[in-house]
Amino acid sequence: MGKYALRRALLFIPTLLVVTVLVFALFWIVPGDPALAILAGGEGDTGSVTQEQLQQLRQRLGLDRPLHVQYASWLADVLRGDLGTSLWYKTPVWDQLRDRFLVTMELATMAIVLAVCAAVPLGVASAVKQDTGLDYVSRIFSSIGIALPTFWLGILIVYALASFFDWLPPLGYATVWDDPLLNLQQLVLPALTLAFNDLAFTARVTRSSMLEVMREDYLRTARAKGLGELVVVARHALKNALLPVLTVSGYQFARLLGGVIIVESIFVVPGMGTLLIDSIIHRDFIVLQAIVLLVAMVVLVINLLVDLSYGVLDPRVRYQ
Amino acid sequence: MLAAPWTTVVDFSRRKPLGAVGGFIVLALVATALLAPVLSPYDPRQIIREADNRVPVHVAPGRSYPMGTDHVGRDMVSRIMYGARISLYVGLGAVLIGVTGWFVVGLVSAYAGRGVDLVVQRLVDAMQAVPGLIIVLAIMAVLGSSLNNVIIAIIIGMLAPVVRTVRSQVLSVKEMEYVVAARAIGAPAARIIARHILPNCLAIYLILATYYLGFAIILEASLSFLGVGVPPDVPSWGGMLTAAAQGHITKAPWAGIFPGLAIFLVVLGFNLLGDALRDVLEPRLRGARPGARDAR
Repeated sequence: MGKYALRRALLFIPTLLVVTVLVFALFWIVPGDPALAILAGGEGDTGSVTQEQLQQLRQRLGLDRPLHVQYASWLADVLRGDLGTSLWYKTPVWDQLRDRFLVTMELATMAIVLAVCAAVPLGVASAVKQDTGLDYVSRIFSSIGIALPTFWLGILIVYALASFFDWLPPLGYATVWDDPLLNLQQLVLPALTLAFNDLAFTARVTRSSMLEVMREDYLRTARAKGLGELVVVARHALKNALLPVLTVSGYQFARLLGGVIIVESIFVVPGMGTLLIDSIIHRDFIVLQAIVLLVAMVVLVINLLVDLSYGVLDPRVRYQ
Repeated sequence: MLAAPWTTVVDFSRRKPLGAVGGFIVLALVATALLAPVLSPYDPRQIIREADNRVPVHVAPGRSYPMGTDHVGRDMVSRIMYGARISLYVGLGAVLIGVTGWFVVGLVSAYAGRGVDLVVQRLVDAMQAVPGLIIVLAIMAVLGSSLNNVIIAIIIGMLAPVVRTVRSQVLSVKEMEYVVAARAIGAPAARIIARHILPNCLAIYLILATYYLGFAIILEASLSFLGVGVPPDVPSWGGMLTAAAQGHITKAPWAGIFPGLAIFLVVLGFNLLGDALRDVLEPRLRGARPGARDAR
């Protein structure tokens, strides 16, 4: 196990390095002059920018140095935990990001927990009762869930609650520590919206993984020795079928971090997503870089954890 | 000769009724997009003035406006019809350039192996660490909003999943006995790729193209919804939902329901068609559903 873990962890480093190169390169695919684009703002108003302003900004951002020197100094700053200073808010990026990062992670965690809790029973039921009405209903449900745009679902939920129950999610935001109930009220709907889409996919994976396991010899043995169907399904089948579900949920988490942006903007959640949209509108590339880098780090760490736990749960993986 | 494709279609629909439903939705989308100027009663950008110079804001669906009007008094049917053009344009543009281009990259990476493959794989790994929507948003931030920039951004967002799928397909074909045999008798690489590998990868190209049309359409809608996609005056389905999310949905639910329904149906159509094509052409891929859901 130690060897497997080490090998897998070492793979993490080159990937992360390539990510930093790509994130750094974002700055360099700006058509024309990045400094000009920043000064001109979202509307592309280049007329009012003076040559002096341009020179100053270039110098401040270090754009006048050779590319590899810029990359090295940027990377060194990032490694020291310095993500730079926001071009728009003029404050250190990390100050902006810290609280919002926690909000987004809380939202994504809630969504993935909700999705898995609903998807696993649904997928198992669908597999055990294969080709019955229940199976068809749950399969149609997951096809719909996969095609349903998250933002539309979010809008419909807000509309339904507002018009039928006269209830709107509370505005403003409280952390779990300040006011757990308010926090839950604010996050439960966005989390449900996000979960719906993943639920559909996870249920599908659970179903096909269960169907595969149900054909195994050891299930026939379990039944032959007289175990009840419930024990066979829960102890023998589900336990083995859950491995692919774990992998998928790990990757789902990465996808959720994309969906979060949309849901945050519908439900006005002060997370990383709303900051990302802000940074795009203000062309605040420093904040943008920081968010992309942070998301990539989270995703890579989660993938690493999934792979490692896979090694613990399924010893065969370690020897591949 | 003419009968042959027709029988294929009938046969396909019989084997895969859901796939046929998907195909029908896709055909309806294409027809709407092509016929939008003929079918739509109004210009999609036009703020309507009725006889007494009144602007029909938030008018419910009825005889004069089958899908109602929006918050500034534009006809929803016309906007939905022209929106089909935008969706199809972005979808086709992204797929024809993106899937084709990344297909070639995946093929070369798998066939060349060694150094090329290593570089491409690290790139794919790194890009896979960032959710598709965030990649596309970051590219949009850099390029600025325009219809063609949306296509470029989506193409970049497709890189990792398409290259990965094609590469693994080519790797498995490459080890087939007939390819090994061709190599053994000294056939040049170009010939092996053209005669043996490409024909065996055409099915996967078709499947990927179908899925990624849906993927591109939903991404464009997401970008435009967030206000960083196509410019606001372009009638995009996603853009129409922005107003709905800002509170107009309580006053005019139809203006928030129809565009969303259009996106949902079209994406469902491409997914169902893609699933059916995959089952018929490439049963080995069953369960692996490349793409089409990365966007959310």
